[in-house]
Amino acid sequence: MGNERWSRRKFVSRAGKTAGAAFLGLSFADFLAACGTSTSGTSGSGKLEIFSWWTGPGEKDGLAEMFKIYTKKYPSVTITNSAVAGGAGSTAKAVLATRMQGGNPPDSFQVHAGQELISSWVKASKMEPITSIWNSEGWDSKIPKDLKDIVSSNGDVWSVPVNVHRGNALWYNKKLLDSKSVNPPQSAEDMTSALSQLKAKGITTPLALASKGGNWQVQMLLENNILASGGADFYKNVMSGKASFTDSKVTQALTWIKQWLPYANSDSSAIDWDEADNRLIAGTAVFHIMGDWAKGDFTSKNWVPNTDFGAVPSPGTTGKYMIVCDTFGLPKGAKDRDNAVGWLKVCGSQEGQAAFNPKKGSIPARTDVPASLFDAIAQQFMAEFKTDTLVPSSAHGSATPPNFASGVNDEMGQFLQNKDVTKTASNLQKLSDEFLKTA
Amino acid sequence: MATASAQRVVVERLPKSRSLRLPPWEKITPLLLVSPSVILIAVFVYGFIGATIRTSLVRWNSALPDYTFVGLHNYQRLFQLERFQADLVNTVHFTAIFLAGCIVLGLGTAVLLDQRLRGTLFFQNVYMYPLALSFVVTGTVWRWILNPNSGVNVILDNLHLGFLKSGWLTDTHTALNSLGIAAVWQMSGFCMAMFLAGLRGIPEELREAARVDGANEWQLFWRITFPLLRPITLSAVIILGHISLKIFDLVYVMTFGGPGYATDMPSLYMWVATFAQFLYSRGAAIAVVLLLMVAVLIVPYLVWNLRGETEQ
Repeated sequence: MGNERWSRRKFVSRAGKTAGAAFLGLSFADFLAACGTSTSGTSGSGKLEIFSWWTGPGEKDGLAEMFKIYTKKYPSVTITNSAVAGGAGSTAKAVLATRMQGGNPPDSFQVHAGQELISSWVKASKMEPITSIWNSEGWDSKIPKDLKDIVSSNGDVWSVPVNVHRGNALWYNKKLLDSKSVNPPQSAEDMTSALSQLKAKGITTPLALASKGGNWQVQMLLENNILASGGADFYKNVMSGKASFTDSKVTQALTWIKQWLPYANSDSSAIDWDEADNRLIAGTAVFHIMGDWAKGDFTSKNWVPNTDFGAVPSPGTTGKYMIVCDTFGLPKGAKDRDNAVGWLKVCGSQEGQAAFNPKKGSIPARTDVPASLFDAIAQQFMAEFKTDTLVPSSAHGSATPPNFASGVNDEMGQFLQNKDVTKTASNLQKLSDEFLKTA
Repeated sequence: MATASAQRVVVERLPKSRSLRLPPWEKITPLLLVSPSVILIAVFVYGFIGATIRTSLVRWNSALPDYTFVGLHNYQRLFQLERFQADLVNTVHFTAIFLAGCIVLGLGTAVLLDQRLRGTLFFQNVYMYPLALSFVVTGTVWRWILNPNSGVNVILDNLHLGFLKSGWLTDTHTALNSLGIAAVWQMSGFCMAMFLAGLRGIPEELREAARVDGANEWQLFWRITFPLLRPITLSAVIILGHISLKIFDLVYVMTFGGPGYATDMPSLYMWVATFAQFLYSRGAAIAVVLLLMVAVLIVPYLVWNLRGETEQ
């Protein structure tokens, strides 16, 4: 510097400031450049950006299959796959929220059917209804009315269901269960006694439990048990704020979980659902209550349906189908709206759903996809889907708005620790007062 | 740059009327040079802080922006929440573990490395390397190490030390301390570097003089070295303290706040409230509380530092 008056500290601080200014200057230039490209890039057609959280094995392949069908129909369109990894879409939803608020929506995005879309982006007038596409494609005769109701509000349809997962399923290690001569439980009481028998026969933690990533797995236990104790109508009422969470049916549901917890692994906060599946495969656990994405996980690990593992509706929910449904919607201001409409048609088509669902491990939302494409358990679920009472899942965003569902996550995390039925029920009711009454 | 500083030297030798002697462009150029950063900081830092404060005072609690003014209602609600109360306790607890761990380990290793033995340079680098990692990487690795079914528990089993096994991150009583282990592992090297620089800056004459006066090595450390390291310790507390208050990435990767609220932090809840629950006003209120917490720590330090600089 040639200036002996500069102390070292001054030099450091000034150098720091210069560097800081340079950095800011640079990033501002980048920022301008980025603005430039994004605006100039929009005018050209022939692009389609699809946003999802399908990055896992199976689901990623299913998405690729649908892209193939789309490309066959619209060969000139280049698809951008903007998938964001992260369990149950937690990260993807944050990214999507930023883009939607910023007026830069993807052309179409994955969203759980129902409240997750309706209470947020539909209410904020950021979505375009797809009623006309629904009608012109004749989906009324192909997709069950219960399901259409879940994706509709105020007389309009807002998104296209691609697949249906079942949230209320009990998976079991078939060989192990048979060897201990225990039957798959039908009711919640059966479940408690099966767990205690298995423990007496040397399996210390017969119930595999995962709660990593925000306790949504435990929330599924709760909603399945509420469905078991209260039935479909009570379930729908309590999830829409018309019935109270302090009702004895809810405390019954919580009590069942409390009774099962001593039979579950204590490290649930460190494992996710797929690691809980591994406990079944390893034979350290026998049961896992989880959505039917567990099936895709088992088969990918070379476990054979109805030989190595079996499935029944979760305890006490026979005849009811907990819907976890992925859909695609049409955001207002999509840059390539016409291409997105084409995408929605592929999503709702027989061909699209036949290609996607066997890979994903779900069943099609349409009832006319040939059952022969699917494994035995999926065929069983497809048959039940046609006759069962369909109810929307709260843990997966269909029955309740995200602020409620996320609050329930927290409460279930607390419940795992304090096992306090009364307090949890009253806290759930507080969440209902705050978030369900206004919805 | 060279001409500018040369100019300065001249100017500083003629202190009588330097502002008058400067040609007009000389007065404008510095302003022009700093103005981009001043404007950018004004907008992107202070403007956004203002926008956050505003958001925290309205009723924007869904995807649809709602700018109805509700005063301090969001703050009132926030402090009633069990989760946020747990967050505040956790932050204080975590900060205490983190600061104590980093300073004790950092000072300890620095004193050892200051002995100028063979190989100190090697260890100096070894202890510094964790600092080069991001908290996300550290968190992922430590999550594996502390997984109760693999990692450290298995090692303990093999060493027949099974009684030392713990649920680590899965047990409400140990989770926050386990998180602290990972954080200390990452940042104690940084603390060591600061203390080492401080130790090397203490003139040997002072210690010699104390030795002549008959002080033993223990007294030497506590009476001479440690007091002289006070400015370094203070800087370490400030720097580590504000990292600790804002900790997000490590918690997000290692525990996501669980089990229960055992390791939840205000920054994580801020993210969840804003992006998972769409409670934008609540998220903003948490951000403001965080800002105030950090300000309580930083502002006195900045004032102290600034005073020191003007006195020079």
